[in-house]
Amino acid sequence: MFAELLQYMLSGLTIGAIYALAGLGFSIIYNASHVINFAQGEFIMIGGMASATLTASGVPLPLAILIGCGGAMLVGVLVAKFAVERARNASTVTLIIITIGASIFLRGVAELIWGKDFKRLDAFSGETPIQILGASMQPQSLWVVGCAAVLIVAIGLFFAKTLTGKAMLATSHNRLAAQLVGIDVKRVVLASFALSAALGAVGGAVVAPITFSYTEMGIMLGLKGFTAAVLGGLGNGPGAVVGGVIVGVAEALGAGYISSAYKDAIAFVIILAVLLFMPNGLFGKRGTERV
Amino acid sequence: MRKRLLSTMAAVTLTGLAMTGLTGTASAAEPIKIGAIISATGPASFLGDPEKKVLELYADRINKAGGVDGRPVQLTVYDDGGAADKAASFTKRLIESDKVDVIVGGTTTAATMAAVPLVERAEVPFISLAGAVVIVEPVKKWVFKTPHTDRMAAEKVMEDMKKRGLTKLALISEDSGFGKSGREQTLAVAKERGVELVADETYGAKDTDVTAQLTKVKNNAAAQAVLVFGLGQGPAVVTKNYRQLGISLPLYQSHGVASKEYIRLAGGAAEGVRLPAAGLVVAAQLPESDPQKTVVTDFTKTYEQAFTSEVSTFAGHAYDGLMIALDAVKRAGGTDKAKLRDAIEQTKGYVGTGGTVTMSPKDHMGLTLDAFHMVEVKQGDWALVK
Repeated sequence: MFAELLQYMLSGLTIGAIYALAGLGFSIIYNASHVINFAQGEFIMIGGMASATLTASGVPLPLAILIGCGGAMLVGVLVAKFAVERARNASTVTLIIITIGASIFLRGVAELIWGKDFKRLDAFSGETPIQILGASMQPQSLWVVGCAAVLIVAIGLFFAKTLTGKAMLATSHNRLAAQLVGIDVKRVVLASFALSAALGAVGGAVVAPITFSYTEMGIMLGLKGFTAAVLGGLGNGPGAVVGGVIVGVAEALGAGYISSAYKDAIAFVIILAVLLFMPNGLFGKRGTERV
Repeated sequence: MRKRLLSTMAAVTLTGLAMTGLTGTASAAEPIKIGAIISATGPASFLGDPEKKVLELYADRINKAGGVDGRPVQLTVYDDGGAADKAASFTKRLIESDKVDVIVGGTTTAATMAAVPLVERAEVPFISLAGAVVIVEPVKKWVFKTPHTDRMAAEKVMEDMKKRGLTKLALISEDSGFGKSGREQTLAVAKERGVELVADETYGAKDTDVTAQLTKVKNNAAAQAVLVFGLGQGPAVVTKNYRQLGISLPLYQSHGVASKEYIRLAGGAAEGVRLPAAGLVVAAQLPESDPQKTVVTDFTKTYEQAFTSEVSTFAGHAYDGLMIALDAVKRAGGTDKAKLRDAIEQTKGYVGTGGTVTMSPKDHMGLTLDAFHMVEVKQGDWALVK
C-alpha cells in the first residue's frame, strides 16, 4: 500500500521536475516581456534531440548537452528578435499567437533536420533500478530531479545576486522605470529568451533517456509547463517550480488511483480550476490593471 | 553509383525471373492503372513511407522488365497525411478523374474505412494495407486486405500462453485506434480461448511514464503474463518501466512493434519480450523448407539495397497488395473491374511477405494463424520461438 503510494510519488516527482523547468521558462519570459511563450516546449525538444543525435554520432555527452543548449539559446534569441520584437506594439494575444506560430515552425524545421523517428539517448548512469522501500526508480530520475534542483537554485541566485539578474527583475516590475534608470530593456528580453531556452534544453537532455526524443516531444511538456506556471502564479519563479511538482504528482496519483485514461486531462482540469477559482495562482500577485 | 547500378541490375533480373512466361512488347499497350492512397506523411508515416517507396520501386521494376502481359503499370499515389477525410477525397479522385482499375492502400484503418463506401458504390477493387478486422468482417464485395489482423495477434499470443501453461492475462492497451481495436479483440478472443483477463489498463500514445499502471499490474497477484497492445514509442516506454519495476512475468507485445525500431528504443529492457510477427522480420532464420523463405529473403534484399534502411512488415504489406492485384490482372486476362474482383477473390496459395494467401468469398484476407511466427527478443535481435 505504502510502496504503491511511494511509487506514484516518485514517478510524479520525476516528471514534475521537468514541468517545473518548463514552467520556470514560461515565467522568466513572461516577466521580461509579458509574452507567454508557447515555443517553450520546442526548446525542450531541441535539447533532447540535439543531445540524442550528437551522442549517437560520437560526441561526448556533456559537450552534446552544451551544444544543444547553445543551439536552443540561439534559437530563443532569434525567436525574440525576429518574431516577438518586430511585433512589439501588438497586443498580448497577437504575441502569444506569434509564439505558437514560432513553435510550429520550429517543429517543422526540426523534422527536416532530424527526421520523424524517435531517438534514443542512453541513461547517464546505467539503467539498474534503485529500490527504495518497495518502490523503484531509474537512476536517470535522480539526474532529472537533481539537475532541475541545481538549475532552479542557480536561477534564484542569478536573480538575487547579479546585476543582469536584478536588471531583469526590475524590468518585470516596471518596464518604463527600468528603462529610465538605464536598463537596456530590449537586451533584457533577449536574455530572458536565451535563459529560458537554456533551461528547457537542459531539461530536454536529462529527460530524453526516459521519454525518448522526437520532434513532437515538446508539445505536451510545454503545455504541462504552462499549467505549472499558471498554477504557481504567472511570473512567479518559485511558484512555477511548486506548480510543476504538484501537476506531476497529481498526474501520477490520478493515473494510479483513478484511471490512466484521464492522466493528461488532470493537468488541464487543474488549469481550468485555477483560472476559475484563483486566477492569480497559488503565489501570484493580485493583478491590477490601470484604466 | 556503382551500388545503385548493381541493385538496378539485380532488380531487373529478379523481376524478369518472376515474370517468366510473360513476354511481349509493353510500349504500345494500354497501361494497368493502379491507384494508391498512402499516409506517407503525418502520424502514420512510419507505416506509409515504406509502403509508398515499395509501390514505386516495384512498379518501376515491373515496367523495366516489360510490364504485365505486355502492359505497363501506371501508378498514381496520393498522400492522405493520415487524415481520413483526405483519404476519402483522394479515393474519389482516383475513381473519377484518374479512372484507376484497382486501388491499393489505406495505410490506416480510419483511411480505409473512409474509402470503403466510395469503392463499393463505384465498384472498384480495393486492397487495403490496414490492420483492423472490421475491414473484412463483415465481408464487403470490393474490399480486400493484406496485413494480419489484431484478432490474429491476440490469438497467437494466447496460443503461446497456453503452451507455457499460463491462463491469466493482464492487458495494457494504448489509447489509440490500433490499441482500442486490439483491446476489443483481445477481450473477445480471451473469452473464446478460456483465458482470464485479470487487469485491463490503458496508457496514452504519448505517455512518457506508465509506472503507475504497471504498479497496479505488479500488485495484482493473479496475473501470469502481460500483453501490451500499441504502436510506436509507447510500447518501448512500457517495456522500460516494466523492467524498472522488476516485474518478472512474461511480457508479450503485439505485431504493432515488429520493427527493429522497438528493440533500438527499448534497449536491454526488450530482452525476452515475445510477440507475433510476420515471417519477413525473421527472414534469415526461417527454415529452408518454409514456403515464404525465398519471397521474404528476396524482398528484404531488394528493399535494403534500394533504400539502405531496414525492411519493415509495413513495406511487405504494400508489396503483397501490389502483387495480389497484378497476379489477379494476369488471371483475369485484363482489367475489367468485375473480372478483376473475382480474380482477387480467387487468389489461392499466393506466397507473400505476410504469409500464404488463399482468399474466398467469405475471407477477403486469406491468411491463417500459421502466417504469424512467435518471436522473442534475444541479444538485440528477433529469434524464432520454436
